[in-house]
Amino acid sequence: MTEKPSGLFHRDRSWHPAALTPPYKTSVKRSPAAAPLAMPSTLSEDTGPVFTRDILGPQDADLIHNFASDGQSAIGPRIIVYGRVLDETGRGVPNALVEVWQANAGGRYRHKKESYLAPLDPNFGGCGRVITDEHGNYEFRTIQPGPYPWPNGPNDWRPAHIHFSIFGQSFGQRLITQMYFEGDPMIWQCPIVGTIPSREAIERLVAALDMRRTVPMDARAYKFDIVLRGVRQTMFENRMEGL
Amino acid sequence: MVQKLDNLKESPSQTAGPYVHIGLTPNFSGITGVYDSDLGAAMLGDAPKGARITITGRVLDGTETPLRDALLEIWHADANGIYPGQDGADADVYGWGRCPTDMDSGTFRFDTIKPGAVQNRDGTPMAPHVTLWIVARGINLGLHTRMYFADEQDANDADSVLKRIEHQVRVPTLMGQPQGDGTYLFDIHLQGPGETIFFDI
Repeated sequence: MTEKPSGLFHRDRSWHPAALTPPYKTSVKRSPAAAPLAMPSTLSEDTGPVFTRDILGPQDADLIHNFASDGQSAIGPRIIVYGRVLDETGRGVPNALVEVWQANAGGRYRHKKESYLAPLDPNFGGCGRVITDEHGNYEFRTIQPGPYPWPNGPNDWRPAHIHFSIFGQSFGQRLITQMYFEGDPMIWQCPIVGTIPSREAIERLVAALDMRRTVPMDARAYKFDIVLRGVRQTMFENRMEGL
Repeated sequence: MVQKLDNLKESPSQTAGPYVHIGLTPNFSGITGVYDSDLGAAMLGDAPKGARITITGRVLDGTETPLRDALLEIWHADANGIYPGQDGADADVYGWGRCPTDMDSGTFRFDTIKPGAVQNRDGTPMAPHVTLWIVARGINLGLHTRMYFADEQDANDADSVLKRIEHQVRVPTLMGQPQGDGTYLFDIHLQGPGETIFFDI
């Protein structure tokens, strides 16, 4: 290795949700009280595992079918979700692992601790994954999830959303976030969305309906770009494995 | 006037929620048939060099209640302090593991090898350590911390990261405690008097 990574851009914590956000009640006892200890990233954070497409099955990016019985498909409005994984300098992040999970069209998760009365869809598992191409592009197909109530306040509802976990090129870039849908009035009612301090930041998590990418008589398309922390170097295109 | 920098803002984080396992360890959560196995379940190949260790513990909230819906990932170097992907790395040490906490007991467990000292940016060695990342319902931004090894006292005393901690009384929160059989016990306290040190890296 001739070139070493030179660290991650420092994270702007005022842009992210604070740890303690009392309207989201679970954060009250699960939030550290001390300020996190600031340190420059080291090799331990600048490196990370490398995922290759051979981990992917043929239907991993098709949530409509990857849990369905033969000849069946998940129930609900069919959508394509696509976009790019970028870093803070605007470069596409290649080979990023994007893992997604969501409720079904009725707003119910396939989980034994889920208590919402909406029906389970026997043909919908709720998970999928994809690895970005050399320019940072990704795409998957799914059904639009439904909103659902959750036990926080007496009448709190989550807006329709898809959870995203992104593995970029270093362990320090690790990010989990959620994608919301353009035009959903529930976004602005949700205490979890409300943990994000600014409207501008929240809008970064709202995917736009893209009628040009929509497949007629099949699936609407939503575009959702994700930005990971930047790396202080320009070696993305020919980086060493693991860096 | 000067040109604009045009830097982007990182996507804001959101909690992984109570059902993170559906997405990241679906087989563990009972969703089978989609992925052959859960990523990060195995951390070693056939013949890794180094001492086998187990890292186990719980993630505790401010009332000392273990989280039974958390997910942890760890990342560490091989026995020579070389990370996977770097030249000379041990191909049988994957370095990365992912583990949900048990839905009943709240414990997590990683079976791997003990890492060697990794070079810091200034060329000095860092004491052997494992980097951890924790997400769960109620955690708005994934938490980074480190587990050092309590039985590496000389290396720990010389470690530049540990030395820069102002409140030295908190350093023990970063120590995995050897149990004598290759197991290191590492409880993570999200809040309270024994709150674990988390890093803003």
